Amino acid sequence: MTTKKMAIIATKGTLDMAYPPFILASTAAALGYEVQIFFTFYGLQLLRKDLSDVKISPLANPAMPMPVPMPVMVQMLPGMESMATMMMKQKLAKHGVASLEELRDLCLEADVKFIACQMTVDLFEFDKSEFIDNVEYGGATMFMGFAGDTDVCLFI
Amino acid sequence: MNFDKEFDASGLNCPLPIIKTKKSLTDMESGKVLKVIATDCGAVKDMQAFADQTGNKLLSSTEEGGKYIFFMQKK
Repeated sequence: MTTKKMAIIATKGTLDMAYPPFILASTAAALGYEVQIFFTFYGLQLLRKDLSDVKISPLANPAMPMPVPMPVMVQMLPGMESMATMMMKQKLAKHGVASLEELRDLCLEADVKFIACQMTVDLFEFDKSEFIDNVEYGGATMFMGFAGDTDVCLFI
Repeated sequence: MNFDKEFDASGLNCPLPIIKTKKSLTDMESGKVLKVIATDCGAVKDMQAFADQTGNKLLSSTEEGGKYIFFMQKK
């Protein structure tokens, strides 16, 4: 049986959008898939050693379930983003959902390959020393070399 | 049912029960049986799907008082 492959393009850096790439990658790896994630634009934030700045915002996120209805004027007040993030993290922990750090570690343990888009690293002037060590740097062409041969390819 | 190893995934949610089941199976010999206990109702379909896709055999899948019990035989 040939090994199945999955490629994911992770473009978002908010707490809610950080979960799907890591969940799908770690699960696919557990099923025996060879997996690569290409982190580009805001997705690069998910490669930071410290993920505490990955947040969720209720602003412009009308689908986010809120404990009490909150007018947009209130959502934009200072501290609301941090509060929403704290509440979301508490909710995730209460429901036994892994933290981002844990899921990322599970991916690395299962040999999921992380590729950081060199162009956006340069564009945003990211400091590579702030990223975890297990990252390769490459471009779209390098990623397509893998993605073109996959069974599942997702843009997140 | 007899088993060789037990993994309690109680309290863990998707995808941890599956990923940790895979890890528990890693150091087991072929033919040995792993008992998994889970509280995530999503694990019922996921365990079957895991077995179907990996070739490990799901010998049984039952529910007892809000807990889901699986017996997985390593490929």
